[in-house]
Amino acid sequence: MTAYVMRRLWQMIPTIFGVILLIFILFNWVGGDPAQVLAGKISNKEQIENIRRQLGVDQSYWVQLWVFVKQVFTFDFGRSWSTNEEVSRILITRVGPTLTIMIPVVFLETSLAVAFAIMVAYVRGTLTDRTIMIVCTVAMSISFLVYIIVFQWLFGFILGWFPVQGWSESFWKNLTNYAPLPIMLAVFVGLAPQLRLYRSFFLDEINQDYVRTARAKGVSEKKVMMKHVLRNAMIPILTNIGISLPGIFVGSFLLEVFFSIPGLGREIITAVNRSDFPVIKAVTGYLAVITMIVNLLVDVMYKFVDPRVSFK
Amino acid sequence: MSAVLTNPPPVPAQESPGLWTLAWRRLKQDPVGMVSLAIVAFFLLMMAAAATGLIAKDWSKEKGVSYANPSFLAGAENLEAKAMAARETSKAPPVDLSDIDPLAPRYKEWEERAAKIAVTEVKRAESLPFGGDKWGRDVLQKVVKGSEVSIFVGLAGALIATFIGTLLGAMAGYWGGRVNDLLEWFYNIFTSIPYILLILSFAAVAQATGSFGKGIFSIILILSLTGWTGIYRLIRAEYLKHASREYVKAAQAIGASNMQRMFVHILPNVSHVSLVQLSQHTVQFIKAEVILSFLGFGVPVDQVSWGTMLAEAQNELVIGKWWQLAAAGASMAILVTAFSLLTDSLRDALDPKLK
Repeated sequence: MTAYVMRRLWQMIPTIFGVILLIFILFNWVGGDPAQVLAGKISNKEQIENIRRQLGVDQSYWVQLWVFVKQVFTFDFGRSWSTNEEVSRILITRVGPTLTIMIPVVFLETSLAVAFAIMVAYVRGTLTDRTIMIVCTVAMSISFLVYIIVFQWLFGFILGWFPVQGWSESFWKNLTNYAPLPIMLAVFVGLAPQLRLYRSFFLDEINQDYVRTARAKGVSEKKVMMKHVLRNAMIPILTNIGISLPGIFVGSFLLEVFFSIPGLGREIITAVNRSDFPVIKAVTGYLAVITMIVNLLVDVMYKFVDPRVSFK
Repeated sequence: MSAVLTNPPPVPAQESPGLWTLAWRRLKQDPVGMVSLAIVAFFLLMMAAAATGLIAKDWSKEKGVSYANPSFLAGAENLEAKAMAARETSKAPPVDLSDIDPLAPRYKEWEERAAKIAVTEVKRAESLPFGGDKWGRDVLQKVVKGSEVSIFVGLAGALIATFIGTLLGAMAGYWGGRVNDLLEWFYNIFTSIPYILLILSFAAVAQATGSFGKGIFSIILILSLTGWTGIYRLIRAEYLKHASREYVKAAQAIGASNMQRMFVHILPNVSHVSLVQLSQHTVQFIKAEVILSFLGFGVPVDQVSWGTMLAEAQNELVIGKWWQLAAAGASMAILVTAFSLLTDSLRDALDPKLK
């Protein structure tokens, strides 16, 4: 097992280097001269030269690449181009609100989707099953934007159950006051695709031989579903959750924009609008690393969920 | 010993239908697939007609009053339009400044000139089929014109992404070895960055420098340069499977070059995977385009897309003008539902073994 983890970590090195290279090519090479962007319209040559020297873009690409590599490994991305705030500080302060929204979302969404999916799989082929599948397909086709606009208008403006938008300093006030509506929205929207996917996982398992064996020896249908099928279907379900986990750091960006939540997602949108490259570079770089580590953890977790898996 | 071998009469060679004929036959049997195909075809025709200027040419003309009601609500009160009309009629009479205005002697000349220009007063419509927006533009025409940008971006983006994915997948699966290692490295790099973040990174660079071209072309490029990975993976697996098959070896034996084997012999056998992916990615990219335009990356101000319509609709809903939201949201939902169902039917028709 240790050998497996070590080898996987070793294999990550070329990918991490590739991610660094991709970000570098995108922002430092394709992105062109940031001084022109930053100096704006009222610029003269001297100003541009000054800015270039400050940002270090007057150096050769090799030197710049080396600086960027150092930044990634020392967690020091310098300062934001637009607010002059330290990038690492921006990231740390913005992660909290995002996770306040997204952690409850992942829990609720997954448990509801698994529960509904097993129910739908239990009544597979009936009218209920088909109706729910059609509703899911239609629900998935409506843009997330439409859901947000309508929910915000209905629950915030017309019914007044929740504040239309906002955020506070206190964690509990956020969780009980400002977060419920965005959380409800994200769960509502995420449910349909997950329900469909998990239902197909359950159906794949239902046709397996071991299920027939279990039925043949007289296990009740309920027990077959809850014990045999559910356990085996958890493997692809866990993979799916694992794949989507790194996304929770930016996943709620539309919600954050609409509900004025000072999270990472909104920060990235602001950074894109202001061409604030250091912030985007830092977020992209770190999330890539997090994604790789989460993927490794998911693979290791298999061992515990499915004893048949062996590390080679 | 000299029995005459009588040949059985030759069986008339039966035309064996090809993959596409069979798939089309199966698709025709599927009512859901045919209905969604018709809806998708309708939207595509609408897009083509709007693009060539046959319909919705004057979507930007301000034909109605501000927030004109939809026809079926023609009688409803429209406070915004009334307020605007009141503002226009209640203009105070011009103050006579001729005593102090040094240009006063020229007043008469100006009046004469102004009289020469023919002014026709256009009566603004009180109601429009699907209602009007803030400037009194026809929402129906905006939806039609908006479909042009949204569908074109989705379709073009998906085409390019499928092309990139198929080409790279074919190379990795067919050649294996070093080529495969290199392309797998690319794949790992692109997939280790969360998809949204990858799109936004490309959008940031496009926004700042314009190096991906202008307007909707930048969105198309961003979506296709980031969205090829899934297609690549599937096509690569197919090529891996096919590269060692007998028919490919036979092709090699008769002297087909590598390129011929890859694209003449194997490609037709895996193209159904590409087609299903094309359809699936079109849906995905239409949804992504709407969100990107909403955030203001790409679609310029003088163009309309479903995303920019939703952006306008956000503020209209609060004052009770829901029709722009409904029109843009519903037309997108109909198209996307039909496209998703068509994708499912296509998959079933092309690969009956799957079921």
